[in-house]
Amino acid sequence: MSEQNIDGIIEKYRGQPGSLIHALVEIQHENHWLPREVMHKVADALQVPFAQVMQIASFYKAFSLTPKGRHEVHVCTGMTCHLRGAARLRSKVEELTGLKDGETDADSRFTYETGACLGSCSIGPELIVDGKHYGRMTPEKVEDVLKQYE
Amino acid sequence: MPKLQSAAELEKFRAELLANRDPAKPCIAVCAGAACDGMDSAAVAAAFLAEAATQKLDGKLEIRTTGCHGYCEKGPNVVVTPGDICYFEVQPTDVPEIIAATLKGEVVERLVYKDPATGAKAVHMSEVPFYKHQTRLLIGDNPKIDPMRIDDYFAVGGYAGLVKALTTMTPEQVLAEVKKANLRGRGGGGFPAGSKWETTRNAPEKTKYVIVNGHEGESAAFMDRAMLTGNPHKILEGLIIGAYAIGAQKGFMYTRHDMPLLEKHVRQALAQATEYGLLGENILGSGFNFECELHFDVGIFVSGESSALMRSIEGNAPEPRPKYIRTSVNGIWDKPSNLNNVETWANVPQIISKGAEWFTSIGSEKSKGTKLISLSGNVVNSGIVEVPMGTPLRTLVFDIGGGVRDGKTLKAIHFGGAMGGSIPADLIDAPLDFDGMSKLGAPIGAGGLLLMDEDTDMIEVARYLMDFLVNESCGKCVPCREGMQQMLQILTRLTEGQGRKGDLELLEDLIEVTGVASLCALGKTSGDPLKSMFRYFKPEYESRIVSSAGGSDNK
Repeated sequence: MSEQNIDGIIEKYRGQPGSLIHALVEIQHENHWLPREVMHKVADALQVPFAQVMQIASFYKAFSLTPKGRHEVHVCTGMTCHLRGAARLRSKVEELTGLKDGETDADSRFTYETGACLGSCSIGPELIVDGKHYGRMTPEKVEDVLKQYE
Repeated sequence: MPKLQSAAELEKFRAELLANRDPAKPCIAVCAGAACDGMDSAAVAAAFLAEAATQKLDGKLEIRTTGCHGYCEKGPNVVVTPGDICYFEVQPTDVPEIIAATLKGEVVERLVYKDPATGAKAVHMSEVPFYKHQTRLLIGDNPKIDPMRIDDYFAVGGYAGLVKALTTMTPEQVLAEVKKANLRGRGGGGFPAGSKWETTRNAPEKTKYVIVNGHEGESAAFMDRAMLTGNPHKILEGLIIGAYAIGAQKGFMYTRHDMPLLEKHVRQALAQATEYGLLGENILGSGFNFECELHFDVGIFVSGESSALMRSIEGNAPEPRPKYIRTSVNGIWDKPSNLNNVETWANVPQIISKGAEWFTSIGSEKSKGTKLISLSGNVVNSGIVEVPMGTPLRTLVFDIGGGVRDGKTLKAIHFGGAMGGSIPADLIDAPLDFDGMSKLGAPIGAGGLLLMDEDTDMIEVARYLMDFLVNESCGKCVPCREGMQQMLQILTRLTEGQGRKGDLELLEDLIEVTGVASLCALGKTSGDPLKSMFRYFKPEYESRIVSSAGGSDNK
């Protein structure tokens, strides 16, 4: 992620306090997390108090205030996935990665998160790695999937 | 493409479009809905395109990537027209065979639907049990539309409702038609859309807004994103018609941030509608101006609540506010703002083009039209279903859904996600109806229907739902933030076999206080699933208290 890209995003919304969420979403998508100095830049450019930027960034779950791993591992905990065995899938992922919900490992290989509902209920329970869906997952298959991501 | 300046130009454009299309030319529609996409339907679509290129089939065959067809359980789905031949669980290796058969007008027998009990085959959509009991007025066009191409929407009669409204009706007449149709909000409340529109229309401020609520945070509800991803112009058309009736100059589409395909399709739809002159100034020469902006929820359930959603659009934290004054009078930036759900807007074009009388001929006495249902849980055929209001749940569960998975028995039907309710299997003949289902304690909500089989632990379900809500509460008001936390603690205790005497009474108290004292619907209805379970499954809860007091025979 280059600093230029972030600056480009911030420039696009300069002077538009109402576009705070838009700006943060784009930076999050690009950079996968929101460094403090970037949020200061956003505050200055959009003319909103830094406290408000922090409020938004810490409130919404889509924003991350810490760096993420190279790969984002997500287990859907929506209701159908839950009824179809998401809890066992979660335990397996947690056992294999050694991570709890929201954590990133020391090597920055994986960030592990749970959440609901991604709307592909028919193929639940599912594991999503970097946006790729692995439907109808069983705990037995998890290791083979994770192995593909270094 | 130059802007369409008038209704006549649009109709001329449509006529030319249709004249250039040969209905007899075979078309292979590959579903790219959320579930099919998860089963790598993209590889199937790519294989079709590659094969067609290799065989140089450009003029002989069309390959179309579409939104959700509905039968998610059996994805990746492929539908071949003419004839609506349905192929299920299609793999890239099946592609050459399907193309060869399609060119010869034949059917690949091994890929069509087979009845699991009798082995009887069903080739055409109208014969497949999952589809044949449905009335697919809203989602039926999905297999015919590449959501990236506005032309496909014109080809199925798109924007005819808008043309009719702008050229032959006054805003008052449009409003009257929607009121007469008794269109009720599909997002959960079932509130009459026409009355809501009227409130915003009559509000004194000149600047008014209209909003599509495509937040769809309800767990196991996935029809709104299927509509928005698969047929974005239908919702946009409804929104423009609504804005005309209400007198709004600007609209917002508020939807999920976590679906790349949805974002791509909606952005493209807005860009194409602007290019064709369906958004912007002087739409189709009518003098009506309207623009629309896309906004995203960034990951919290409560931002689907109307006042919270509007705070979010303003760029603030999504905290609900007390609604002494409704958002239809005082909404975004304190201007009158009319918010409706995706499915509600999607119903508007057909009400205008076919009339309120036609619309009211479908459905039950007080709930008109069809309803989209996301069918999932322990069901054989999960997917998106559209049936007339008033359809018995039995039809949904057995005729369409194929019953319970793995040969198990049905224990409960749950409607409405974390703020919904569960009813026991013996109420299965109840009709799908806003008021009837509410009375039973399982309001339709947005339309997420879950089957729960005999092995389901109802206390664990209640704990799970409460856990979800505790995490999604915005934390602004104490009864919601703390009340739900206490309920969760008790429920967790019960599931762990540590239930104490008096726990159920305490839960009942908490449900009441949280329900009365919370600010918005999240807290107010957080106890609803529990309420329904106390009504129908109380012995199961009581048994946890007794057995844990008596010893350790609990899980």
